[in-house]
Amino acid sequence: MTKDNWMKTIKYTILRRIIQLSFLLLFAGGNYFGWEILRGNYSSAIIADSLHLSDPYAVLQILVSGFIASSSVLLGALLIFLIYALIGGRMFCSWICPMNIITDIAFRMRRIFKIETEAKVSISRNLRYYILALSLIVSAVFGMAAFEIISPISMLHRAIVFGSGAGWAIVAVVFFVDLFVLKAGWCGHICPLGGFYSLIGKQAVIKVKHDKEKCTHCMDCFDVCVEEPVLDIVGKESDFIRGGACTNCGRCIEVCNDNAMKYSLKFDFKK
Amino acid sequence: MVSRRKVIQRVLEGAVFVGGGGLIWGKSINATTKADYVLRPPGALKEKDFLKACIKCGQCVEACPYDTLSLAEPGDGIANGTPFFEPRTIPCYLCTDIPCTDSCPSGALDLKKLTKEEEKPDIMNSKMGLAVIHKESCLAYWGIRCEACYRACPLIDKAITLDYEVNERTGKHAKLLPVVHSDVCTGCGVCEQACVAEKAAIFVLPLDKATGKVGDHYIKSWEKEDEKRIHEKVEKDDNDKDVKSAIDYLNDDDLIDD
Repeated sequence: MTKDNWMKTIKYTILRRIIQLSFLLLFAGGNYFGWEILRGNYSSAIIADSLHLSDPYAVLQILVSGFIASSSVLLGALLIFLIYALIGGRMFCSWICPMNIITDIAFRMRRIFKIETEAKVSISRNLRYYILALSLIVSAVFGMAAFEIISPISMLHRAIVFGSGAGWAIVAVVFFVDLFVLKAGWCGHICPLGGFYSLIGKQAVIKVKHDKEKCTHCMDCFDVCVEEPVLDIVGKESDFIRGGACTNCGRCIEVCNDNAMKYSLKFDFKK
Repeated sequence: MVSRRKVIQRVLEGAVFVGGGGLIWGKSINATTKADYVLRPPGALKEKDFLKACIKCGQCVEACPYDTLSLAEPGDGIANGTPFFEPRTIPCYLCTDIPCTDSCPSGALDLKKLTKEEEKPDIMNSKMGLAVIHKESCLAYWGIRCEACYRACPLIDKAITLDYEVNERTGKHAKLLPVVHSDVCTGCGVCEQACVAEKAAIFVLPLDKATGKVGDHYIKSWEKEDEKRIHEKVEKDDNDKDVKSAIDYLNDDDLIDD
């Protein structure tokens, strides 16, 4: 493999890590050094002391729990919602979310060490949508944003941004479940935030496009994909990867030696 | 076409998922909020509403220049990610520009809570809690000169005053006794931190833990405004009661025989 080729196989991964770590750095700098570029955390943040951004799923839970959130939080959530629903799809999960770094490491280690354990009970990838629905019911019944209280993602970024220690334990649980119990367990099966972005991002513009004519059926893309079922058209028809669960991580593009995958823009509304 | 058996199975599975999952989820929410009480930053909504509103972004914690505020972690018994402070460690120093409340995007900390009528928000209107004195462990109540809390109080002579009392034991000394005034005390906890006792003899409790309530049926006849209430509510309350059965009960033969 030439050096250029090798770079191609990790270029999006490196870009994603740079972006993910930059967000963490800016948030942490906001707390520790008072940088004003980005303050707060992934639940709600403020850019340059002027523009609010909020997690739309967190705000949805707040609304369901019976509190009318402030206008800055509502507008911030609407902005994020529109960005992912119209443009990015489920890009939050693979390009921003810090938990993705952890689960990607687990995913890669499974491949490197050939850990092939599957759960004794088969777990549906739809579980996350049921958890999403349940989180809203529990929020309403207990009068509190239910997922935000127990979210391993929040515990992870708070552990980093605010330097608290106890959250790491639950992050370790997520890591080992992904590594030994269920492949892509957290991001691909359980996380209701991922489920939320899967639902709202289905018709977003940025999608991976597959070209059947170039495909040689090597299955490399299936090997690296965290959301395998979205690749069902690969080798069969030329189309966008339309499944909302696709995180637009670009791994399939990186590993494809036939250039049969590429980022593309989708403007139709087929199911 | 889905068979009836399949539909029933699905419904049952759903019920188990919602019931069982909801129960476990609810349990873990209760576990993360099991602390007896928690002190919130200035301008916080009532605890129940605060728990709904707080989006757990930590911007108040970042804004606090004294590192008074922290975000709750698993194991604290306080809802994960919500801000709180422990005055014995670092109290609230009552910044006049109120950066924590001002930075809150969600409305869980609300400047309106610190605003009386048309005035500007004032940190001195905050009610984070109320300082309570345990006399038995307070050196001043033993008759020893202390005044640490009184001197430390940012609202000296308003929130904490000194009462003078003769020390009966020695017969020739005065006791200078700190007294907290709940209408002024902000609950900042500077007194709690200043207290020289091993475990603070003056400490801040949330308002609902530290206050009582007389009830609407008591009226201060010596206050004109309060006395007006006598016409408002009392009659309605009487109608609610089952007077007849009460009288019947008193006239009941069995009761008289006994």
